[in-house]
Amino acid sequence: MAEVLVYVDHVDGAVRKPTLELLTLARRIGEPVAVALGNGAAGTAAALAEHGAVKVLTHEAAEYADYLVVPKVDALQAAYEAVSPAAVLVPSSAEGKEIAARLALRIGSGIITDAVDIEAGDEGPVATQSVFAASFTTKSRVIKGTPVITVKPNSAAVEAAPAAGAVEALSVSFSEKATGTKITGRTPRESTGRPELTEAAIVVSGGRGVNGAENFSIIEALADSLGAAVGASRAAVDAGWYPHTNQVGQTGKSVSPQLYIANGISGAIQHRAGMQTSKTIVAVNKDSEAPIFDLVDYGVVGDLFDVVPQLTEEIKARKG
Amino acid sequence: MSLRIVVTVKYVPDATGDRHFADDLTVDRDDVDGLLSELDEYAVEQALQIAENADDAEVTVLTVGPEDAKDALRKALSMGADKAIHVEDDDLHGTDAIGTSLVLAKAIEKAGFDLVISGMASTDGTGGIVPALVAERLGVPQVTLLSEVSVEDGTVTGRRDGDAASEQLQAQLPAVVSVTDQSGEARYPSFKGIMAAKKKPVQSWDLSDLDIEAEEVGLDGAFTKVEVANERPARTAGTIVKDEGEGGKQLAEFLASQKFI
Ligand SMILES: Cc1cc2nc3c(=O)[nH]c(=O)nc-3n(C[C@H](O)[C@H](O)[C@H](O)COP(=O)(O)OP(=O)(O)OC[C@H]3O[C@@H](n4cnc5c(N)ncnc54)[C@H](O)[C@@H]3O)c2cc1C
Ligand SMILES: Nc1ncnc2c1ncn2[C@@H]1O[C@H](COP(=O)(O)O)[C@@H](O)[C@H]1O
Repeated sequence: MAEVLVYVDHVDGAVRKPTLELLTLARRIGEPVAVALGNGAAGTAAALAEHGAVKVLTHEAAEYADYLVVPKVDALQAAYEAVSPAAVLVPSSAEGKEIAARLALRIGSGIITDAVDIEAGDEGPVATQSVFAASFTTKSRVIKGTPVITVKPNSAAVEAAPAAGAVEALSVSFSEKATGTKITGRTPRESTGRPELTEAAIVVSGGRGVNGAENFSIIEALADSLGAAVGASRAAVDAGWYPHTNQVGQTGKSVSPQLYIANGISGAIQHRAGMQTSKTIVAVNKDSEAPIFDLVDYGVVGDLFDVVPQLTEEIKARKG
Repeated sequence: MSLRIVVTVKYVPDATGDRHFADDLTVDRDDVDGLLSELDEYAVEQALQIAENADDAEVTVLTVGPEDAKDALRKALSMGADKAIHVEDDDLHGTDAIGTSLVLAKAIEKAGFDLVISGMASTDGTGGIVPALVAERLGVPQVTLLSEVSVEDGTVTGRRDGDAASEQLQAQLPAVVSVTDQSGEARYPSFKGIMAAKKKPVQSWDLSDLDIEAEEVGLDGAFTKVEVANERPARTAGTIVKDEGEGGKQLAEFLASQKFI
C-alpha cells in the first residue's frame, strides 16, 4: 500500500489533536508515515503508533526552534525524498500552510489548503473545502505531482488504530536558506486551562454586546460550565476586551465545534467565515434582526446579561 | 540608496456581496463588485510607514489580475504609494497560488526590490501561502504574519503571534514580509491623495514581458483542479424564542435535548 506522509504538530513531544485527526484521514488513502521534528520528536512515537502511524521519522536540531519555517521545509523534503509518498498531509495552522506550500513548490506539486475532508479517489485523493465564508463547498484534486494537502482541525474523528510506529532517524541537511529568518525571542502563550479554541468540542463566544473586558467573566463562566473554549468577535478583540488569540473569524481562528454559542455577536460575514461550519449554532442577541439568527439552531432574543448567567446556573444545576 | 518596497495587492470580490463561481469553476470576477483586498490595505499602510521612516524610499504596488484590478492599484496609490505595476494577460485566467507566485516573483525581480510586503491572506482565496511561495521563489528570507514590523539599517524585525507562542523575528534585506490586520489601522485616502493618484504612473506588463509561457499559468497550467462547487444548503430555520424571564432556562433545555448537558 502507498505511504502517506503526515507532518506532526507537537509541543515538546505532546502530539496535538489535529495531527491525530490527520492520521484518520491518511489511513483512507494509504499507510501513514509520520514526520516529527524538533525538541521531543521521538516522544511523539507512542501516540502516533496508537493512531495508525506505521513509521515515525524523527529529527531533532536546534534549527527548528531558532529559525522560521525553512528548516522544517528542508526536513519534510528529506522525508518526501526518502519515502516517495502518495500524498503529504499537514495540519492547517498558519505555519503548517507555509511549510506545505514551500514543499509543494520544491517538489513540483500542487497544494490544497484548509481541507475539511479527504477521500480516496480513482485519480488520487479528493479534498473538500469550505469557501466564501463557508457559503460554498468544493471538491478539488491536485493534478500535478504528489498531492500536498493541509487539513483544518476538527475535520475527522480521532480513531485508535494501533500500528508499528517504528521510529527511524531522518537524515536532514539544511539548505543555505534555512537560517535566513532568525527567531530572536519567544514568549509562550499562557495556558488558561481551557481547551484549545480550534480543537474544542464547544466554543462560547462574546462580541461587542459583552460591553467591557470585565464582563467577559460571564462568558468564561458559561464556557467553564460546559468545559468549552472561549472565543471573541473582532469587535471585542479590537476593543481590547479579549486577546487576539481568541478571535474567531476570517482573520482569527476558524472553528468547527459540535456546539458554538454566540453572545452579543451580530454575525458579520467575516465572523461567519470562522464558525459557520459548526455543527450546532446557538445565539443570544437582543436584536431579533441580527444576521446571526439566520444561522442558528436555537436563538434567544434577549439581553445576554440576563440570559447567559441564568443559562450557566441552569447548566450547573442540571450537572449537579 | 533608495529602499525599494514592492507591495503585492489583490483585487477581490466584495465579501459582503454575493460571491460565487463561474461556469469553469473559477472565482467569478466579472459579475460581482470588486475592491482592494482589505487585508492588503494593512500591507500598503506598513509600506508607507516604513518608507516614511527611511531616508529615501519608493513604494511600488503590484497586482496580478484582470482589467478591473486597476481599481485596487488606484486605491493603493491614493493612500500614498508612488507607482504601480499591473500584470494583466488573458492567459492568466484561472491561475492558482503556485502560478500566481511565479508571476509575482518574476514581476518583483523585474521591478527591482529590497523589501516585498504582502497581506496575510487574500479575502477570496484565504490561502495565506502566496508570500511564503514568493519568498521561496526569490530565495530570500520569509518574515511573515507580523503584527508589528520595522526596518532599520537593512534589517527587518517583527513580531509573529503564533498558536503556541509570540515570536520575535529578524532577517536581512532583501526579504518578503507579510503583515496581519493587527499591524495597525490602514489610512484613508485623502482628497489630495486621490487627486495625486490620477497622475501616478501605472505600468502594464503581460506574460511575455515576464518571460512566462502561457502553459505555466492559467487554468491549463494549474496544479489543482476544482471538480465540484456546490452552494452550501441554507441551514434549516432554527427555533427562536424571546426572553421573557426564562430564556436561559429554555436554552438549557435545548442544550440538554441535544445531549450537550
Ligand atoms: C478584512 C476584515 C477581516 C475581519 N475579520 C474578522 C474576524 O476574524 N472576526 C470577526 O469577528 N470579525 C471580523 N471582521 C469584522 C466584522 O466585519 C464585524 O465588524 C465584527 O464581527 C463585529 O463584531 P460583533 O458582532 O461583536 O459586533 P457588532 O456587529 O457591533 O454586534 C454586536 C451585537 O451585540 C448585540 N448586543 C449588544 N448588546 C447586547 C446585550 N446586552 N445582549 C445581547 N446582545 C447584545 C447587538 O444587537 C449586535 O447584534 C473583519 C472585518 C474585515 C473588514
Ligand atoms: N493576484 C495577486 N496579485 C497581487 N498580490 C497577490 C495576488 N494574490 C495574492 N497576493 C498577495 O499574497 C497575499 C496572500 O494571498 P493568498 O495566499 O492568496 O491568501 C495577499 O494578501 C497579497 O498580498
